[in-house]
Amino acid sequence: MTVTPQRILDVEAVRADFPFLEEFVDGRPFAFLDSAASAQKPRQVIDGLADFYRHSYANVHRGVYALADRATAGYEDAREKVRAFLNAASEREIIFTRGTTEGINLVAYAWGLDNLGPGDVVVATDLDHHSNFVPWQYIAGRSGATFATIPVDDAGDLVLEELDRIAGLGRIKVVAAGWVSNALGTVNPVELLVAWAKEHGAISVIDAAQAAPHRAIDVQALGCDFLALSAHKLCGPTSVGALYGRAELLERMSPFQLGGHMIRQVRHDRTTWGELPAKFEAGTASIVEAVGFGLAIDYLQDIGLDAIEAHEHALVEYALERLPEVPGITLYGPPASRRAGVVAFNLGDIHPHDVAQVLGFEGVCIRAGHHCTQPLLRRLDLAATNRASFYLYTTRAEIDRLVDGLHLVSGKLG
Amino acid sequence: MSEFDQMYREVILDHYKSPRHHGSLDPCDAQAEGQNPLCGDEVVISLRFAADGDTIADIGFSGRGCAISQAATSMLTELVIGKSATEVAQLPKETLLDEIGIPLTPARLKCALLGLGVLKVALHRAKGTPLPKEWAGLDDLGLR
Repeated sequence: MTVTPQRILDVEAVRADFPFLEEFVDGRPFAFLDSAASAQKPRQVIDGLADFYRHSYANVHRGVYALADRATAGYEDAREKVRAFLNAASEREIIFTRGTTEGINLVAYAWGLDNLGPGDVVVATDLDHHSNFVPWQYIAGRSGATFATIPVDDAGDLVLEELDRIAGLGRIKVVAAGWVSNALGTVNPVELLVAWAKEHGAISVIDAAQAAPHRAIDVQALGCDFLALSAHKLCGPTSVGALYGRAELLERMSPFQLGGHMIRQVRHDRTTWGELPAKFEAGTASIVEAVGFGLAIDYLQDIGLDAIEAHEHALVEYALERLPEVPGITLYGPPASRRAGVVAFNLGDIHPHDVAQVLGFEGVCIRAGHHCTQPLLRRLDLAATNRASFYLYTTRAEIDRLVDGLHLVSGKLG
Repeated sequence: MSEFDQMYREVILDHYKSPRHHGSLDPCDAQAEGQNPLCGDEVVISLRFAADGDTIADIGFSGRGCAISQAATSMLTELVIGKSATEVAQLPKETLLDEIGIPLTPARLKCALLGLGVLKVALHRAKGTPLPKEWAGLDDLGLR
């Protein structure tokens, strides 16, 4: 894909990179509006995975033959790419995980169980995906700490006026929050939450699963202690992600999973832990997937995260302008200015499953359900919503197909 | 026939728009509620037994769900009235699926079978009949 000097995204050039668009339904490619669940993959990533298996595959770190050297180099190059992508100070601060969920669980178990107790408060938000909500709720419960959440208002924004009340509940030890809401697209003021955590001497943990695909991230500028992301949401493979952690904290933490590769010495009476990041990477890693993660980062950076963000912003503005044309539609979430490429809605009394099913017959792919955000939907008094989400390959014409499809759904089931 | 017409058959749309036995019975002899964890849909079922204490005399259902889950549960209520608790506890899911009679993907199968699972939980609570194996061991059924 060629990049113009202004870094404006050329969507047709991008689309030429994505083989899924060669799959047709009724003579048209899928209008894939479900990238917040998982992004499609460009051929640069797909082919790169196969190439790596063909030419460079072995287990990493211990073999002394050429194939193992290539595999280790590929895996560690990918770590450097993730480091640069997040602007972390050192590769020691980049742990490969299975994804965002594992990254958050790592912090919750390895840091939480050693550092939390009665009188401590763990803070998450009512906007969070279950992957941030449930581990902290569970570990707080296990350790006797209080679990509190920052509430959300009707528009889907965090109610920051509640922070003082939450601070009164005890010693704030953890502030864990999603950067971008997967359900509503709300972009949270994470800078403010990180500053609030610091003020209370708490650690800050950012779930960047929905942020990393769409905007540039600089963990040093943000100042967070931990940040988790998944490769599959940013055009990379499944089963791999990364956890950024400040070295000073990671060094003092207990390990999370135990086994091969994460040790220094194993004796009958005592085992000692390996250096960072090996200490947190027990067992054989998702080697080729990590390499694919690096290729996906290359791909996005070639296009430019700023260009991707601008492209999606224009799409959200367009969707928020067109969707109200559909009779009976209710839109949820903040205005476009505080929203990433996600639009949630309901269509009269028609259940989202049925809306998504009928759109599916038309080749329009959206998601219906609770989006792993049951506390949020209960707060908004909803059982389920429809969600359309956009990415670098999304076009205005696909949003038009969504609008046309919704008119059709209304006609058939309304 | 279009994919829409295959799935949203007339009989499905009829049960969806005019559900049979909709509501809750108060008082009732057995009651249970359940959720589909994939989509968060909920079904609540209550029922009353006849004088013999075993035959299902009346049944009611409520909740929020898609056309498939609502229609399937509505059809289920018609299917089980007059049957014994033991008979219904052993009712194979295929019997209900035959009645529904539409092609279902694995995700939609969960919608279609939610009501049957909840009904079996209600019978289990009231009569100790066996739970369907996919419901066994769940910690939110209030069974322990």
